[in-house]
Amino acid sequence: MTTIAKERQGALQSLLGQTRQLSFWAEHAAPIGLVALVIVFSILSPSFLTFGNIRAMLVAAAILVILAVAQAFVITTGGIDLSISATMTFGAVGFGIAWQAGLGFVPAALIAVLAALIIGILNGLLIAKGKVTDFIVTLGTLSMATGLALIVSDGKPITVNSSELLTLTSGSIGPFGYPIILAAIVGLAGWFVMFRTRFGLHIQAVGGSEESAVANGVSAVKVRIAVYLICAGLAGLASLLLVARVGAAEPAINTAYLLNAIAAVVLGGVSLTGGKAKIVGPIIGALLLTALTNGLTLLGVSQFYQPLAVGLVVVLAALLTRYQKK
Amino acid sequence: MTDTMATGFPASTDPDVLLSATNIKKSFGGVHALKGASIELRRGEITALIGDNGAGKSTLVRCLSGIHPPDSGTITLDGEVVSFGTPKEAQKHKIETVQQNLALVEDLAVWQNFFLGRELTHGFGPFRTLNRKLMKSTAQTLITDLAVNVPPVSSKVRRLSGGQRQALAIARAAGWGGKIVIMDEPTAALGVQETEKVEQTIRSLRDNGVAVLLISHNFDQVMRLSDHVWVMRAGLAVAGRRTAETSGEELVALITGAKEA
Repeated sequence: MTTIAKERQGALQSLLGQTRQLSFWAEHAAPIGLVALVIVFSILSPSFLTFGNIRAMLVAAAILVILAVAQAFVITTGGIDLSISATMTFGAVGFGIAWQAGLGFVPAALIAVLAALIIGILNGLLIAKGKVTDFIVTLGTLSMATGLALIVSDGKPITVNSSELLTLTSGSIGPFGYPIILAAIVGLAGWFVMFRTRFGLHIQAVGGSEESAVANGVSAVKVRIAVYLICAGLAGLASLLLVARVGAAEPAINTAYLLNAIAAVVLGGVSLTGGKAKIVGPIIGALLLTALTNGLTLLGVSQFYQPLAVGLVVVLAALLTRYQKK
Repeated sequence: MTDTMATGFPASTDPDVLLSATNIKKSFGGVHALKGASIELRRGEITALIGDNGAGKSTLVRCLSGIHPPDSGTITLDGEVVSFGTPKEAQKHKIETVQQNLALVEDLAVWQNFFLGRELTHGFGPFRTLNRKLMKSTAQTLITDLAVNVPPVSSKVRRLSGGQRQALAIARAAGWGGKIVIMDEPTAALGVQETEKVEQTIRSLRDNGVAVLLISHNFDQVMRLSDHVWVMRAGLAVAGRRTAETSGEELVALITGAKEA
């Protein structure tokens, strides 16, 4: 009995001891930040923690969660996909065109994912085989995907009245709308692939030290192509949620999603230099950014301040990650 | 020991000989790095390879580990003539090389590095998942068998000392059932205590029946560790000696050419 009590006391003390170190806050920046935001906003606004608002926040977070998981795969290899939101837009327009042509929901959804995968394979081949810097390649495909989306849609939004998409946005199990359930499945699958499969280990190895990974027989080229395909495929999946949310396939640029997806990954404690895989962190990062936007809106803060707030949080998080334990 | 062996042209009839490389030549452009070097490795022995910079030690080792295929000459393994163009092919013949940069990924755990590229899985096809339990326990057993200062297998390599990293890389090479483990200056960057521990690891490797080929610049280490020494000079293995029958002075004289073999 006494030993158990002592052990508990010891565990508590070591936890308290950890909180005095900056690295503790750096390691857990996203969950601590999320809890802090929830506390602050629920004090300032009584409607923040209501059932309806939580449900709305989770639905609003779904796209960003999927994009954050997608981006986490690329960033773990030390790369970056700047074309992620443009790829999503391209997928959405692909869905719209297919829907307009009279195809059903499932074929149109497949076309959306395939359209996104085209951008993904282009990124993967240029970066892994062509050895062009990821930043430049994806900046180029960002522009190309945006341009293609404008060209094929003639710059006009395509209204989509699909009952399947309506179900997707409005359906829910308890407080969890279908979009966030889809995002949760993506998160679980992403975690499983990253931490329980050979491929996931190879992603981390290539990100950690490409030279060592290759010396041990890992194909860095295949791994790099694969992560850009995964990223684009998930962006294609997210495009369905985007079309469902807007009710139309718009050839918009969606830059906010790009910045927020990278921000969520950084908030989640993933190092941009690669090698340190995290899936839960980026998901919490995405939830945090959504809660931040939602809370500010509830408080009646002008929309203009939201990018400023997001930017401050991200820069602060990036500063904190410097104190992470090696 | 016959006289012919000492002159560097071994007779491969000795049943203890696991690998013999005969008359290996390798040129890079106009540079003749190896001009017909011949050495032998025996089972359960530590064979040292010494020589001045540029004598051809590293090139010879790279020929044996599959990094550079030799231009000519034969490599005989267990009585069979073999050739390999890549390190993977050498590994198939149970020749493992501990690379000088160790080829470890710092952000991964010890067990992940141990199995990197040869992971154990369960399940079928695309549903295969990592057999983490088996990999952790196997890595723990194999590392504990060899090394004295073992870290827990779940710790990140980043937290390991230089000696622990070296021990991990050696245990990994041995863990894949290497009959021959090649090491290039394994203790070059280590302190006295860590060097001692790595040397113990190399000894236990030998005691497990592995043939170790060790490149070293450290004469004391060669005298302490090895059973046989090959001296290289100007692209040739100019002399082979049983360590017990030679001395540091003789080896220096052989390296510099002050004494003919």
